[in-house]
Amino acid sequence: MPPRKNLVETILFAIATLVFLVVMPALNLLPEDSTFHLSSFTLGVWGKYLCFAVLAMSLNFLWGYTGLLCLGQNLFFALGGYALGMYLMLMIGPDPVYKSALPDFMDFLGYKELPPHWKPFHSFPFAVAAVMWVPGLLAFIFGILAFRSRIKGVYFSILTQALTYAASLLFFRNDFTFGGNNGFTDFKTILGHDLRDPATLRGIFIASGVLLLLTWMLISWLLSTKFGKVQQAIRDSENRVRFSGYSTTSFKLFVFTLSGVLAGLAGALYVPQAGIINPSEMVAAKGLDVVVWVAVGGRGTKIGPIIGAIVVNLLKSWATREFAESWPLILGGLFVFVVVFMPQGIVGLPAQLRDIKTKLATRKAATTQPA
Amino acid sequence: MSQAPLHRGTDLVLSVEGVNKTFDGFKAISDLNFYLAEGELRTIIGPNGAGKSTFMDMITGRTRPDTGSLTLHKPDGHDIDLTKQAEYKITRLGIARKFQTPSVYTQHTVYDNLLLSLPRARGLFSSLFYRESKEDRERIDEVLETIRLTELRHSIAGALSHGQKQWLEIGMLLSQQPAVLLVDEPAAGMSDDETHRTGELLISLAGKHSLIVIEHDMTFVKQIARDGKVTVLHQGTVLCEGKFDEVQSNPKVREVYLGRGKAA
Repeated sequence: MPPRKNLVETILFAIATLVFLVVMPALNLLPEDSTFHLSSFTLGVWGKYLCFAVLAMSLNFLWGYTGLLCLGQNLFFALGGYALGMYLMLMIGPDPVYKSALPDFMDFLGYKELPPHWKPFHSFPFAVAAVMWVPGLLAFIFGILAFRSRIKGVYFSILTQALTYAASLLFFRNDFTFGGNNGFTDFKTILGHDLRDPATLRGIFIASGVLLLLTWMLISWLLSTKFGKVQQAIRDSENRVRFSGYSTTSFKLFVFTLSGVLAGLAGALYVPQAGIINPSEMVAAKGLDVVVWVAVGGRGTKIGPIIGAIVVNLLKSWATREFAESWPLILGGLFVFVVVFMPQGIVGLPAQLRDIKTKLATRKAATTQPA
Repeated sequence: MSQAPLHRGTDLVLSVEGVNKTFDGFKAISDLNFYLAEGELRTIIGPNGAGKSTFMDMITGRTRPDTGSLTLHKPDGHDIDLTKQAEYKITRLGIARKFQTPSVYTQHTVYDNLLLSLPRARGLFSSLFYRESKEDRERIDEVLETIRLTELRHSIAGALSHGQKQWLEIGMLLSQQPAVLLVDEPAAGMSDDETHRTGELLISLAGKHSLIVIEHDMTFVKQIARDGKVTVLHQGTVLCEGKFDEVQSNPKVREVYLGRGKAA
């Protein structure tokens, strides 16, 4: 019943549009003493969740619909974040201590002038382009190497994790010109707007909402075309697709590159809301987090990753306050539980409950029959 | 690229000449020669390890021969050297292959399985803007009719029985409108009735297409071979070739099949 499914999706899309673009920003505009006022802090937290949701969607596009499990989706996210972070660092301006326009960590390390690859990042459009092409190019090059050598399944996953690990080691180094383990922070302005101003934060929140909705539309459209059918066919039987005359390598390469670009965009909007980007965003554990979000929400469904990213992060912010020590255990337990008992995640729960209900009903019918 | 025109006038569609292939010192194919005529249904039999699957792998570009030539003769007189083509390009040239285990797209409908197999919009960007034409739908209906799955067109392929999946995959090959069909053990795991129907299906395809069928089940081989040629492969080379009865009574074949262990 595809039409009914489309209707449900349209309604959910409309609700998300209303909530993220109208209701939440409007509540933030209410006077601070109002009961319904949404603080800029809370809005910022939700803005980060929206970025995580886009990150989860980018992984789901790759893993849920093409069968390629990337354990380094956070690397593309972080690269997008770093690209915008470079622009934000240059917008800080001269500081009172060192009296130079260089980013603080460069003054500290004794740089006299800006390294050449930093210079174009004074331009916002250049930074935004870099947010997309840097992760995209990395995914493209890695993809060519992996897919042409027919690396797939678990081997592909391990290699993406190794790539992420290598990149994080590089970014942890002070002499890599990206601030070492402190990364970038203390941002002041974006496009001339003060980052402490509630209006600026609201604008970035709305931008995150728009990115989420556009990503949703793009993925929905791709899945509705023949391209989307081929993509899913690759997941189910790549050999058959190849022996039907398709170059599966180009399809996979396109999907991987696009998912890298989407993750990069999510990272770029995350950084001004988080106020910091450092190599801890690139560690292997963060890549696994994204996998858990997608699995919990429902892999291979359109809204599953959005729900998963938001639910798991809400749970995290609650659990780390209540019992910080055991959060990793909770997260791990949640993942195991979902994989074993809820293969379709939260989104698949209604169908699963319906199944159980019909099973119980038939069993009841079977036991009452002899009487 | 082109071969010496020794086949001219004989309507060959595929020539395999002097092919050798070694895997880590094991000679899988040794000096193999094989010719397939247009519209022919050829059955290949042979004990395990005779090189049957490797033979198909080489025709479809999955494995490359160490020496020798594999040539596709197009109806327009062009000869194509298959050893230099990528797998998906060989498919586009009109060589379709069915795998031993059914490979269908389990999450797609039967209809979509066939749709994706049509030789249309197989490029990355053309697939984004492809709309199925009336002609495409008719072609799919025709294939559905041939493989007797018309009623199940909207079913998810993963829900089909084993036999139906095998027929669907044969249908997917037909959608490609291939010149040559390579069919690897289509009857494996089927009931007697399903096996018989598969045989009828393959026989009905001969003439319109050229087929190579690998099979173990002798009843099935007898059914589909009829008066056609059967090729016996043994240790990577052709042991003998002829009609089913001739092959069956050939002492060398009996030796290979019955007296294994003695023969080295």
